[in-house]
Amino acid sequence: MSREQKMINIEKDILVSRIAELRDSGYRLAQIGCTTLEDFELTYSFDRDYRFMSLKLIVPREGAEIPTISGIYWNAFIYENEIHDLFGIKIKNIAVDYKGNFYHTAVKFPFGRDNTGRKGEEGQ
Amino acid sequence: MSGRTTIPFGPQHPVFPEPLHLDLVMEDEVIVEALPSIGFVHRGLEGLVNRKDFLDFVYIAERICGICSFIHGMTYCMAIEEIMKIEIPPRANYLRTVWSELSRIHSHLMWLGFTSDAFGFENLFMNTWRIREKILDIIEATTGGRVIFGSCKVGGVRRDIDNATLVDIVRKLEDYTQDIEEITNIFLKDSSVKHRLIGTGVLTKEEAYALGAAGPTLRASGVAQDMRKLGYAAFKDIVFEPVIEQDGDSYARCKVRIREIFCSIDMIGQAVRKIPKGPVEVKVTGAPSGEIFVRTEQPRGEVIYYAKANGERFLQRLRVRTPTFANIPALVKILPGCELADVPVLVLTIDPCISCAER
Repeated sequence: MSREQKMINIEKDILVSRIAELRDSGYRLAQIGCTTLEDFELTYSFDRDYRFMSLKLIVPREGAEIPTISGIYWNAFIYENEIHDLFGIKIKNIAVDYKGNFYHTAVKFPFGRDNTGRKGEEGQ
Repeated sequence: MSGRTTIPFGPQHPVFPEPLHLDLVMEDEVIVEALPSIGFVHRGLEGLVNRKDFLDFVYIAERICGICSFIHGMTYCMAIEEIMKIEIPPRANYLRTVWSELSRIHSHLMWLGFTSDAFGFENLFMNTWRIREKILDIIEATTGGRVIFGSCKVGGVRRDIDNATLVDIVRKLEDYTQDIEEITNIFLKDSSVKHRLIGTGVLTKEEAYALGAAGPTLRASGVAQDMRKLGYAAFKDIVFEPVIEQDGDSYARCKVRIREIFCSIDMIGQAVRKIPKGPVEVKVTGAPSGEIFVRTEQPRGEVIYYAKANGERFLQRLRVRTPTFANIPALVKILPGCELADVPVLVLTIDPCISCAER
């Protein structure tokens, strides 16, 4: 079904410059996602002419903090606020910072813990 | 008067079917800045992948949205099938295409109704939904459900549609085409409709692309991007071109959706003419291991599913990026400079689905 998709691992210190290169190459930001495992796995996905690629950034759980990319892709603010509110990752200097009020969740940072240990029919 | 006033708009508002809040900074009647808020009904459905068997999760995926429920279920199934390298039968791919396009027709008709209601054209609203009801009848006759189809499963589809019924569906859609043309001509030609839509909420091609807009919101600004061109399901065998308009205003977004209704009717006709015989599902054994992004085209635009699994019955992560979520930055862009009275219509022109955004 799907065309080839790339997943490239990237380090935090070159994240912003690499994403700026992608913007200059004509890629649009398709999404930013996060997965909670032992550490946080962030995926920044981009598209150009149906070619889809993602950058994967591993962020340690303790004191997780990453730079914003909303200075490059302004629409990143919506994904970054979501990641902050659901996962508890600090993101510095978001273009539009809701300061934790983007989602009104009953539990603070509901996806911030590794849930994969709690399996089965619990909570249904 | 040059003072600024902030007006809270929503989350409960007569024209909003779902809760969306806007803080509108006004100078007199003109919007200077708009800041949207969501999160009032966030359900955390993505988190349930840790508690539901991956085969059963399709029921949850379908319930992310009550309008494009089938495409949510299908995209989830496609993600699992991609990871597990499952080749589903060709007939199942065609049936998925037919149900996808029926979803698009009823969604766009629903949007036309909501929008006409928002600018006070009650009769148009009722007539649009009268036709939509007939599409829902087809869906009910072929799936048993009107909102939640329950027809997609990992490995194919749960039920077949016999060829005689498929031909009858095409005949019915051809019959409805005249009614749809009559109704949509009012949207395209009536002076009061044009007065509310033309020139309002303009999003340029460059802005739409840079802001990551999706679906009709993107295509109405002249960007020919439609994920059906990826060729998933049976779309690789269907001849079509993405529907685009150039003006980027509310009227262009309306025109794109209207033209897409007729495009979907044509696609269903093509699918029915080409559908092969054969089984509609394959047996699925084992459990997924790996990660994948899958993209499909919902009525509101590109939806992205990310699934990550480690060989167990429960996924490690499912992430759903819905088109409404992607279109919120575009909404923030189009509101400044418009008048307060235009806000309900402008918000509706991105066809917001808060149920999707608050998955």
